[in-house]
Amino acid sequence: MPVTFRIPSYLAGFAGNSNAVSLPGSPVTVQGALTALWERCPALRDRIVDEQGQVRQHVNIFVGNESIRFANGLETPVPDDAEILIVPAVSGG
Amino acid sequence: MPSVNHVSPHRGDVVLLVGTMKGLFVLRSDAKRKRWETGGPYTIGSPVYAAALDQRQGRHRLWWSQQSFRWGTVLNSSDDFGQTSTQPETYSVKFPAESGVALKNIWQICVGPDDQPDTLYCGVEPSALFASHDGGTTWSLVQGLFNHPHRAQWTPGGGGMCLHTIVPHATDRKKMIVAMSTGGAYRTLDGGATWEARNQGVRAEFMPDKYPEFGQCVHKIVHNPAKPDRYFLQNHWGLYRSDDGADSWTDIANGVPSDFGFSMVAHPHDPDTVYIIPIESDEYRCTPEGKLRVYRTRNAGASWEPLTRGLPQKNALETILRDCLAADTLDPAGIYFGTRSGKVYGSADEGKTWQLILEGLPPVVCVKAAAVTSGEKSPSRPKARAAKTKSAKPAKPAAQSKQARRR
Repeated sequence: MPVTFRIPSYLAGFAGNSNAVSLPGSPVTVQGALTALWERCPALRDRIVDEQGQVRQHVNIFVGNESIRFANGLETPVPDDAEILIVPAVSGG
Repeated sequence: MPSVNHVSPHRGDVVLLVGTMKGLFVLRSDAKRKRWETGGPYTIGSPVYAAALDQRQGRHRLWWSQQSFRWGTVLNSSDDFGQTSTQPETYSVKFPAESGVALKNIWQICVGPDDQPDTLYCGVEPSALFASHDGGTTWSLVQGLFNHPHRAQWTPGGGGMCLHTIVPHATDRKKMIVAMSTGGAYRTLDGGATWEARNQGVRAEFMPDKYPEFGQCVHKIVHNPAKPDRYFLQNHWGLYRSDDGADSWTDIANGVPSDFGFSMVAHPHDPDTVYIIPIESDEYRCTPEGKLRVYRTRNAGASWEPLTRGLPQKNALETILRDCLAADTLDPAGIYFGTRSGKVYGSADEGKTWQLILEGLPPVVCVKAAAVTSGEKSPSRPKARAAKTKSAKPAKPAAQSKQARRR
């Protein structure tokens, strides 16, 4: 079943000027879903993860209401029809 | 969001690239350097620690780093002084996967020599050097430095563990010196394949051994191409000169109110002249006595003189960071600096007199100056104005300068 990514406004320009990207298929984990997202929107990759593939420190990813930082990271399971939110952290100066 | 202005520099103009904690500003003036127009801010909201103008082969390509604490650090470019810029799909300066580290920031962009018109360098955090030999399209990690056995002992300074200074040798294309905080100065003689620490005589006040092989917190190294094996160095504490290609360093802190500081710039034509802005101690990190003073040596560090005319001498508690002091290449040379309090000062007469060019900016973290050497000349001025400025002594191109002839 498809998953839908919610894209923050700052990155919408790298996602076809859209705040939502729905992907076909049934990725098992967040890592799998992100890999599919990079194929659709390659410019998002470097902005969301660093060159080691780690989610950037001040970017949060939620599966539904659950932050993957407090779940199983990129191995967090993705249920059918999940909504995955990419949210800039409340930080900075 | 603030409105964004644009400037259109012409050949013969001077531009200042002012990187701030909230974006890049591009300032433009004619060669008199009295009236300035301000372009920007570009990449609003992002710290810009590095900027450069590449004018080789008739380009006027502006490069700058855009650090986002959220979205990482990207290298941007523009061929029209910021009006339009690249939005790279993928980031070009990245550590290879096998390195195990990730880019935090780009601290320096160095345009290569004229006879290598497609070569550029970036100094980054964590400390490493990247090179491009295709005009900035692709970049690769300089493995010889990254794999140096000392790397595990390089540690972060206050700003992070950064390679912030890149000085290609003026004549020998295989030689280069870089500096990092902390770690110190490193030199290659073989085009980057191997590197040696070059800190002999440079004090490390914060180490048990005050003169270690490496580990110094070098803040800036400058040189004048006319004396290619002479370098000047502003250390975390200490001012130094080397006349032997950085094999050894001699203390030249003669008559300065503090030998602590960050910024340093070489005069573009006179190899004996260097400018610094002393800062009072690494605890306080403000201008000594509340006086904003640029110091200049004209005898390679034998003595230093304060330059204060036009600069506040009371209650000026300013901090000028390592890349915030710059010189253009006109004659007389223009000297410029930006402060952490968001002010930009400039001198069109080599430091004799100063003017406040701009204030109210976000904290300034880098300043670069350049005379525009390509493109069309500035449009002619109206007659009345031309007559009014007739008596003013115009700045001479560097090639006609007395110092240039002396060289």
